[in-house]
Amino acid sequence: MDIQWDILAEYAPFFLKGTLLTIGLSLAGILIGTVLGLFIGLGKMMKNKFLSLPFGIYITFFRGTPMLVQIMLIHFAVVPLFTGGTNAIAAAILTLSLNSAAYIAEIFRAGIQSIDKGQMEAARSLGMTHVQAMRHVILPQAFKRMIPPLGNEFIVLIKESSLASLVAAPELMYWGRAMQGQYFRVWEPYITAALIYLVLTLSLSFILSRLERRLATE
Amino acid sequence: MIEVKNLKKSFGTNEVLKDINVTVKSQEVVVVIGPSGSGKSTFLRCINLLESITDGHVYIEGIDITDKKTDINKVRTEVGMVFQQFNLFPHKKVIENIMLAPMQVRNTSAEEARKKALELLRKVGLEDKAEAFPDSLSGGQKQRVAIARALAMEPKIMLFDEPTSALDPEMVGEVLEVMKQLAKEGMTMVVVTHEMGFAKEVGDRVIFMDGGLIVEENTPIELFDHPKEDRTKAFLSKVL
Repeated sequence: MDIQWDILAEYAPFFLKGTLLTIGLSLAGILIGTVLGLFIGLGKMMKNKFLSLPFGIYITFFRGTPMLVQIMLIHFAVVPLFTGGTNAIAAAILTLSLNSAAYIAEIFRAGIQSIDKGQMEAARSLGMTHVQAMRHVILPQAFKRMIPPLGNEFIVLIKESSLASLVAAPELMYWGRAMQGQYFRVWEPYITAALIYLVLTLSLSFILSRLERRLATE
Repeated sequence: MIEVKNLKKSFGTNEVLKDINVTVKSQEVVVVIGPSGSGKSTFLRCINLLESITDGHVYIEGIDITDKKTDINKVRTEVGMVFQQFNLFPHKKVIENIMLAPMQVRNTSAEEARKKALELLRKVGLEDKAEAFPDSLSGGQKQRVAIARALAMEPKIMLFDEPTSALDPEMVGEVLEVMKQLAKEGMTMVVVTHEMGFAKEVGDRVIFMDGGLIVEENTPIELFDHPKEDRTKAFLSKVL
């Protein structure tokens, strides 16, 4: 296994571009998925069974089917249905967002339901509305508990964004595959990609553990 | 002040309260005693609608809180509650615990809420703990903060749900002391407790509940010294 450094040097700009797109896809997925996930999580917690049912079905579908199938469906079927053409980056963002929203919805629900119900009762007994109690009493406490599982989900999201290479979104893994195709080399492209993914996920866990420590009360 | 009429409460098929009728007058201190599972806590929680009411009516100062049109949040500002497990907000400092509701519900300014909170902390003897977090307090201190938090809304009625049951014995006294002080100031109080000494000393009236019914109610002296019902006698012989 002799590393051919010259082809790595040649591909370096592509790996850089790919890494930036991977970061972009992951960030978009995290942001959209978190906002969507909060609403879906609250939706699933509604007491009315008929109203909460669609949210339950959504979560079941996106957690119960492979992301590879979802990205194919969205890229080749859903996006063309609405726009008439395909767009790999849009499909990737859409898939990552919708998929992570399902997991994040469950993280939100678990976080909120893990708060002792006496907290809600105390807030309500003081005359606060349900929304006020959620906002000032329940969510701040729940959010702190949600950071570790959210961090896991964000890391999974970064890694799963590599599936976008299969619909030809030019992210990190795409350039790895391109390099393999051009030079029939496997070690150089994939070790490089693996290391870059590792740097991304490690940086994220570092940021999250800092955040967790800052939010800790004694 | 409080009027409970034909109150019934079921959890599924389990009927916890079977036809409760109670009237509490202004400035009266009513103590509710009874074995566990007798429905006394549920009864208390129905008075501010923390439990939904299956049947019957509860009037707070003439307002029927079982009426769907009643703004229960408004009624709850008049009815303070103290819980067995304190239920302080652990992510907020002691003073913020007390300031939160007046600022959110009454739109009190932060400055005014802080002044009022410090005053209440002084009253319960914990002025020096204003900037502490609840987790650093002892059980007795937590419960005194909880009382101050409830008082910050300036309620006309205070409900106490076994306020000393989760405390170490040496801390019971400090909480009862604050409650006695409140009673002396003329607060209308309904207290669910196992503290028979408190019931005798402070209670204007004692209600003995068992099996979801009020078995007997009387002045503390009469009820403790001359109980009429066999169930009351049996209960008192075990706890006194």
